[in-house]
Amino acid sequence: MAILKCSDVTMSYESVNVFEHLSFKLERGDYLCILGENGSGKSTLIKGLLGLLKTSAGKIEYSDGLVKSEIGYLPQQSPVQRDFPASVYEVVLSGTLNRKSLSPFYSKREKKKADDNLERLSIKHLKNSCYRDLSGGQQQRVLLARALCATKSLLLLDEPVTGLDPVVSAEFYELINNINKKDNITIIMVSHDVKQSIECATHILHLENKTCFFGTVDDYKKSSISNQFINIR
Amino acid sequence: MDYSINQMLSFEFMQRALIVGIPVALCAALLGVSLILKRYSMIGDGLSHVGFGALALAAALNLAPLQVSIPIVIISAFFLLRISRNSKINGDGAIAIVSSSALAIGIVVTSITGGLNTDLYSYLFGSILALSSKDVVLSLVLCSIVLFIYVFFYNKIFSVTFDENFSLATGTNAKAYNMVIALLTALTVVLGMQIMGTLLISSLIIFPGLTAMRVFKSYKSVVISAAIQSVFCVVTGLILSFYLQTATGATIVCVNLVCFIIFSIVGFIKER
Repeated sequence: MAILKCSDVTMSYESVNVFEHLSFKLERGDYLCILGENGSGKSTLIKGLLGLLKTSAGKIEYSDGLVKSEIGYLPQQSPVQRDFPASVYEVVLSGTLNRKSLSPFYSKREKKKADDNLERLSIKHLKNSCYRDLSGGQQQRVLLARALCATKSLLLLDEPVTGLDPVVSAEFYELINNINKKDNITIIMVSHDVKQSIECATHILHLENKTCFFGTVDDYKKSSISNQFINIR
Repeated sequence: MDYSINQMLSFEFMQRALIVGIPVALCAALLGVSLILKRYSMIGDGLSHVGFGALALAAALNLAPLQVSIPIVIISAFFLLRISRNSKINGDGAIAIVSSSALAIGIVVTSITGGLNTDLYSYLFGSILALSSKDVVLSLVLCSIVLFIYVFFYNKIFSVTFDENFSLATGTNAKAYNMVIALLTALTVVLGMQIMGTLLISSLIIFPGLTAMRVFKSYKSVVISAAIQSVFCVVTGLILSFYLQTATGATIVCVNLVCFIIFSIVGFIKER
């Protein structure tokens, strides 16, 4: 059964359509990479999937028992976050908030969840460090840990390795790969990195000039759109 | 003046000033941290000018000052928050327009109805002598409400401040919490204006948070340090202004400035 289904979705930005008639669906455990040039609507689509922007036509449906409070999200970093005084633990814990009731304080279960995710991304030793003093790669791991606290089934990432050096990027992709394979969490990732996407993903969504390609990685390799795109790079 | 501390505390106006000043200082510091980090520092300033306009209106119509200004300032807080995020005028510009217009309207109204009287003068520069016992009770009640709501939503306010999109995307009602922050700020500004005056209240909100951020690195430690230091500055400022016979609000700001410089130096040394 599909976990996410987009039917004939059109989204626009300031009344100009960014992309039109996009349809695709994902099963639990899929790994989707969204490719495309700047301005092709990748981030817009992510915002649509998250419900931050409205679609101008078509429908985005979550099913298979997935509700909004089970989505994890790793945003592009904003300048505000970079100088925010917060400990790593505080940031990661805040990921558990979406499933909290009204109770104002964190329970033992939530603290354990945060601890587990710190461990899983091997940043436990940074627990009490200040978030803004960390390197870019470490900061992304912290935000990933927070996103993992918020989800058990679907993780959306918006260009997670922007600004990271190749070695750190590779490590980060490896982490995401593990989360997908071992924990069976569905991944949707916006990426600039075609090579990496083809290696790790199960499906590719390519947005370009209002037309879109959606299919498995193998289909994508054979398609004309990928040839153009790969050759340009 | 050679009054002892005991004698100083036996003055009713000093008691009132302390009873109102301490909880207002707490509220201002707590909210200040969020406002600074959300880049809303100037909203406090804008609201205080709106508060002045409202007070001038209240004085002209012979109405109770706090009861008139509180709802007006709350409405403007929501309004400012809205335009500072989704309009063609950017946030800074919007706040500048609103605050100077409100101040101007206030001044026009006062000049029509007979010039600046003592009440308005004291709201402009702050005065502890103007506090009535009714004001004290109202301030205490409102401050307790602000503190209670802040503590209750502490974690959510953190999350919304740190990353609004993440909160929204994962199903937290970020907009509602922004409204909560705006509401609490509006209340704090109106209450703080009594002591600090329109022109200086925003420093009560901004200084403690900024000072704490020089040295402390986690959100919780920043919040706690800002709260303690804000109360310390208000109490010290009140006492100093009593002995030196200086304007209360201005003295409090000067104490805050000294704290800020000390913390900056400590932070600088710690970094090295």
